[in-house]
Amino acid sequence: MSAANCKLSLGPVMFNWSPEKWRDFYFRIADEAAVDSVCVGEVVCSKRQPFFDPVIGDVIERLQRSGKEVVLSTLALIMSQRESNMVRDLAADGGYLIEANDISAVSLLSGRDHVIGPFVNVYNEGTRDFLIGRGARRICLPFELPADSIAAIANGCDQQTELEVQVFGRLPLAISARCYHARSYELSKDSCQFVCAEDPDGMAVDTLDGTPFLNVNGTQTLSRSCRVLGGELTDLQNMGIHRFRLSPMDTDMVAITRGFRNVLDGEDDPEALRRDLHELMPAISFSNGFFHGVEGSVYRERGE
Amino acid sequence: MNRKLELVCPAGNPAALRAAVEAGADTVYLGFRDETNARNFPGLNFSRPELRHGVGYAHDNNVKVLLAINTYPTAGHQSPWRQAVDDAAEIGVDAVILADIGLCDYATRTHPGLRRHLSVQASASNVESIRFYVEAFDVKRVVLPRVLTLPEITALNAKIDVETEVFAFGGLCVMAEGRCSLSSYVTGISPNKEGVCSPASHVRYEDQDGRLLSKLGEFTINAFSDNEPAGYPTLCKGRFKADGTTSYLFEEPTSLNVLDMLPELAEAGVSALKIEGRQRGKAYVSQVVAAFRKAVDAASQGQPVESAVLMDLSEGGRETAGAYDKEWR
Repeated sequence: MSAANCKLSLGPVMFNWSPEKWRDFYFRIADEAAVDSVCVGEVVCSKRQPFFDPVIGDVIERLQRSGKEVVLSTLALIMSQRESNMVRDLAADGGYLIEANDISAVSLLSGRDHVIGPFVNVYNEGTRDFLIGRGARRICLPFELPADSIAAIANGCDQQTELEVQVFGRLPLAISARCYHARSYELSKDSCQFVCAEDPDGMAVDTLDGTPFLNVNGTQTLSRSCRVLGGELTDLQNMGIHRFRLSPMDTDMVAITRGFRNVLDGEDDPEALRRDLHELMPAISFSNGFFHGVEGSVYRERGE
Repeated sequence: MNRKLELVCPAGNPAALRAAVEAGADTVYLGFRDETNARNFPGLNFSRPELRHGVGYAHDNNVKVLLAINTYPTAGHQSPWRQAVDDAAEIGVDAVILADIGLCDYATRTHPGLRRHLSVQASASNVESIRFYVEAFDVKRVVLPRVLTLPEITALNAKIDVETEVFAFGGLCVMAEGRCSLSSYVTGISPNKEGVCSPASHVRYEDQDGRLLSKLGEFTINAFSDNEPAGYPTLCKGRFKADGTTSYLFEEPTSLNVLDMLPELAEAGVSALKIEGRQRGKAYVSQVVAAFRKAVDAASQGQPVESAVLMDLSEGGRETAGAYDKEWR
């Protein structure tokens, strides 16, 4: 497969943006972004979903009209009956491709084509094959996997099933029942006043000696650094990975999708992409350590 | 009526196994000495001959043995995990505790007669997820993630036809288990893959302007003034700065303790209580297991439970009911 046939996916927006900002973001993605597929849906906190319900229909329609494949993403952590019902309703709607982000969604989608999201632990070919047997047609691999694991999972993978790897964005390091945004405001999760909406790119967490460390997004903890796998795109293609995920941040994602597309199309080189990304987000450090089998926070230069 | 809760106790080595059995464990859980289990610390765990001997000793005392093979097998290198399952069956443990779907599938196909429990590392936190593992792999017990409230556990047990085991005492993951890469982000060593969180090999203490910094990898996890005892830098129990405020953002150094909610847990339909601490010595195991033995026996007869007896064994001298209490969230 040539690089030009590689596909780009836009992951779901993880942050609690206002419904207007959220809708306008996706409208612009529909109209201008160089992506093939777009994930839509609340993944982090079930309390946020009602805010997006009034606009999600318009978002899906606009994306489809512009020729993008729409993928509906499910919640990553499901604890209550209400949350189970949300996933059940989504799974019952046969019209869309659904990305399962927990095992309950995998279970409900068994027997029909679906996507396995990055929150489901697919660490090896044994799990890969079991899930493919249940109808997984695309698997977005966990961000923690090093190159040799990705290669081993791609090796011998069923031809009908696509593997996907996140190449841009903050890493969703952990999810919890507890809301750290609420906790930092000395509120409980049940009376959180949606303080997570104050931080459209997550709440910055520094170490006591002032080193940028993490980003808290409600119940989710993200890396402060932004993953950038640019120079690694060729390695990934050589392993048999032909779909790449960009995880939205509060920046010009349209420009970022074009940057990655240009590299895949051979119109730009990874070093230029990295310079452009740095210009767009000068305060944010990059990381690629997990791919290289070292600390996930590290950025390793080519040939290092 | 209260059903009697099964007491599942940690055995980090043969001495701790003996201590747990002597202190009244119904069941012990343990792991092989490698990356196949989630407490892969230096000097811990069991060789094959040690396990064989330990199973013999436990069975002679009517105590069951569960083998945790609960990390995620490495792609292209699944054989150590599969071998662990094969050896567990051959040695005759009472059940294996698994997390990975591929490994569950292997165990189900290769050793259908070997009882399977679902590890907390699989993070099965709802009815549909649990049913998935029951239907696909015939798991007989699910260790519930430490994310659920007591009412949620009650509601769950009413809808599933499988035993549940909950954490009762010891270290407390505040993130959903098996879904946390904080430690590997900082150290490159993954709890899911290598079975160790906040590894001692990456811990450093540094003096800085009269403060003692505790570091994990390159990141400062906490800082202590002269009069403060310096704790171990477990990543999610550190102090960080957010929004201009310094706090234990995720969790204070604290231990889970459910001693004063045993009747409620039995009422919620829970089958077994798990005591965390395979990294602990035999004195700790003896004391915690004995206290829980006494409490479980008392609770099952409707008698009051002395609940303050383990405070001095708790991390930072603090205790919490964790997620079982809705306010924790």
